[in-house]
Amino acid sequence: MEWETVIGLEVHVQLSTHSKIFSGAATAYGADPNTQACAIDLGMPGVLPVLNKKTVEKALMFGLSINAEISNKSVFARKNYFYPDLPKGYQISQYELPIVGKGHLDIQLDENTVKRVGITRAHLEEDAGKSLHEDFHGQSGIDLNRAGTPLLEIVSEPDLRSAKEAVAYLKTLHSLVRYLDISDGNMQEGSFRCDANVSVRPKGETKFGTRAEIKNVNSFRFVERAINYEVARQIELLESGGTVIQETRLYDAERNETRSMRGKEEANDYRYFPDPDLLPIIIDDKTIESIRTTLPELPWQRRERFQSDFGLSHYDSYCLSLTREMAEFFEATVKATQATPKIVANWILGDFSAYLNKEQTEISESPLSPQQLAQLLDRIADNTISGKIAKTVFDAMWAGEGDADKIISSQGLTQISDSSALEKIIDEILLNNPNQLAQYRAGGEKLFGYFVGQIMKATQGKANPQQVNELLKKKLG
Amino acid sequence: MSLENKTLVELSKDLTAKKVSSVEVTQFYLDRIAQHNPALNAFITVCNESALAEAKEADKKIASGHAGPLTGIPYAHKDIFCTDGIKTSCGSKMLDNFIAPYDATVTTKFKEAGMVMIGKTNMDEFAMGSSNENSFYGPVKNPWDHTRIPGGSSGGSAAAVAARLVPAATGTDTGGSIRQPASMCNITGIKPTYGRVSRYGMIAFASSLDQGGPFAQTAEDAALLLNIMAGHDEKDSTSVIHDVPDYTAELNKPLTGLTIGFAKEHFASGLENDVAVVIQEAIAELQKLGATIKEISLPNTHLAVPAYYVIAPAECSSNLARYDGVRYGYRCENPKNLDDLYCRTRGEGFGLEIKRRIIVGTYALSSGYYDAYYLKAQKIRRLISNDYQTAFKSVDLIVGPTAPSPAFKLGEKVDDPVSMYLSDIYTIGVNLAGLPGMTIPAGFVKSLPIGLQLIANYFDESRLFNAAHQFQQATDWHKKTP
Repeated sequence: MEWETVIGLEVHVQLSTHSKIFSGAATAYGADPNTQACAIDLGMPGVLPVLNKKTVEKALMFGLSINAEISNKSVFARKNYFYPDLPKGYQISQYELPIVGKGHLDIQLDENTVKRVGITRAHLEEDAGKSLHEDFHGQSGIDLNRAGTPLLEIVSEPDLRSAKEAVAYLKTLHSLVRYLDISDGNMQEGSFRCDANVSVRPKGETKFGTRAEIKNVNSFRFVERAINYEVARQIELLESGGTVIQETRLYDAERNETRSMRGKEEANDYRYFPDPDLLPIIIDDKTIESIRTTLPELPWQRRERFQSDFGLSHYDSYCLSLTREMAEFFEATVKATQATPKIVANWILGDFSAYLNKEQTEISESPLSPQQLAQLLDRIADNTISGKIAKTVFDAMWAGEGDADKIISSQGLTQISDSSALEKIIDEILLNNPNQLAQYRAGGEKLFGYFVGQIMKATQGKANPQQVNELLKKKLG
Repeated sequence: MSLENKTLVELSKDLTAKKVSSVEVTQFYLDRIAQHNPALNAFITVCNESALAEAKEADKKIASGHAGPLTGIPYAHKDIFCTDGIKTSCGSKMLDNFIAPYDATVTTKFKEAGMVMIGKTNMDEFAMGSSNENSFYGPVKNPWDHTRIPGGSSGGSAAAVAARLVPAATGTDTGGSIRQPASMCNITGIKPTYGRVSRYGMIAFASSLDQGGPFAQTAEDAALLLNIMAGHDEKDSTSVIHDVPDYTAELNKPLTGLTIGFAKEHFASGLENDVAVVIQEAIAELQKLGATIKEISLPNTHLAVPAYYVIAPAECSSNLARYDGVRYGYRCENPKNLDDLYCRTRGEGFGLEIKRRIIVGTYALSSGYYDAYYLKAQKIRRLISNDYQTAFKSVDLIVGPTAPSPAFKLGEKVDDPVSMYLSDIYTIGVNLAGLPGMTIPAGFVKSLPIGLQLIANYFDESRLFNAAHQFQQATDWHKKTP
């Protein structure tokens, strides 16, 4: 039987505010345990939450960017459950009236396919603390630095049909929150975490299958693997006559498998009710409009601009605008070089991206600045070096050997564009390869490339390839 | 010179005139506490040293001419208000070892006013109770009859002021916890409009109902105290941004032109006849003072107690979840695992009434029951609120009994929670509506005090003080002491 995968994602985005959502304590990552938890974060008796208004602005920015319904009134609710790293015994979240309602996000699946994914809602909530199970000799430690950190939970419709689509959605969402600058999106530090609701159904079936929820996956790669594993598990189960049970599962990256955490029968009844300590958030239309004016250029707006301003293809523009850092790097390079935007795009999406991927480096930590890349591209444009030599120079630049000009001169990589010098070399090559010359003359035109290769070899690749072509053609006449 | 029956106004005059020092006043009350508290059990903590140190500071302020109206006057704090460095138990074993590293906003305000905190008063555990029998520290005795309850949950504060162990005290009122004990101890107490007094640092029982307020001998004193306590607080989102008037400004306005209503539902079955007579006489007195008296109806009165006993426990079940033995407070010995830690800590640390309400509240919020209980109760709350708003279209104040009976015997209702809950039947609606309510001494039944409740519209505390003060100018019930 053919199966269809159905995925809905819940993404927890940590909002980048200096202080917590309901207290004045700092949110900075990596401090010593419990040094960034005040009486409110500790859930001391009598203390009360006070809403950090910055979190509302950030949530609204997100809502407006996905064309969501923004209700004029939203309400905080208590989600009640016991856990040692949940100081109050409840999490302040939103339930019936979230700050952001229905919206949508368009994702690019491949060069020619764009898919619209529904976003059900996004709501504000506080994060819990962390339980530490090591170094406490059979006991657990609690670090409440993270308790009260502001989160925006973004819930998608079950619109995604494969792990690939899920990853595309996550990347687009990640890009968006970075563009909006509402989160640092740092996945290692947990600023962007994902729960995946996964089910399968026979192709053509309209009813959803029973879903499993995979909790807290914090990298794009793991999301893809976890979903693929889970889909295979469910299909295997169903095909062997079993049934999928609704449960929460944990992804184990080391073993690449999902494991049952708790079943529905053990599921918490969270007893949500409106938090009486906090007033409803009332947002008037004026506020919404004033926040709309603060929205930066969004990824898809930038993509359109790249297409129209630089004449790039839809897909190149999409790839370049996917992250804010990439787009900014591209634009800065274009600004600093004589090379055409298309050439800049090719280099950034080609060698540059390949290096970033290979070395797992963020653009912000790239050893090359846009100005340095621009200089390299200028040297190609003014024929100082060939495109091929440029790759050698690029390698050296990446390795930190300095600017393009410095590397070109110190390694003597300047292109040989002097016709008489080139002619001399060509004559020598032809003289030394009489057999090949004879074959060529007898119609072995393929040997043209052989001669070019020999010339390049003799010049260590520095010969101006265009000139070599022309001169060689003339000689072989 | 005897200070024991002096009002705040009188003490203030004496202090300003330097007839007496704050240290002397404070020592006087500390001595009275030492002498009488063992029989009454009104205090959980007496702050001998810090009180005298604060008194010394107050004397300096007075000497330097920087004193406020109540500088140097001792007060007692219900042990539900957090006090930096001094135990705040909330009447519970759970917090018997708890010392807050912060002050409640109300505590800060009293400090700024230069008042001297003489001690922390006994109360029903986590403010849940109407008799003060639910305290980990044992019941408080009614100063008028030591075999009777003082009312609750702020019973320690009410008893301390009534027995003149202190001239003023704080309380909190979630369903009547200031008004009912004030009434049963023959003192004046006010629960302000919800949001008028900051709840920051006031340990929560039911957040949407809890409100702090003062106890004193007279309405005028209570007005002075509320002047200090009231006001918006950035730390409490539910505290209202609304100017605080001088609550003493309208005390002397005559009552002519004032329309006072009494709800026929407050005189229906359940109210003891003798109490009804006292209240009717008090109403007649108000009429004599120039007020027009009018019968009104609060048709949903009978629904107040049931709605309250869904909403308050629901909020309590969530508010008290933080007492888990993990970070502070009581922790059971040698927990085997996490479940054991939770179960035994909460099983051993909370008293019976707390557990009863946590279970009721948890049930009311449970999936499948939420609509039938919590949501329904919220709808009733709205109806009750509407009843009052309808009434206030035709009257300025509503008066009636504070409690259906005088103070009952210790132990009389401990095994009958519903009957205990019904002792708050006239006060609970005011909390559900968020209105200000006050009680003043109005007479006696078999030597036990009876309070008259006055209810005003939102932020109309001044009118309550005015009517109460005028009543107290014409009567001397409030001057009677045990």
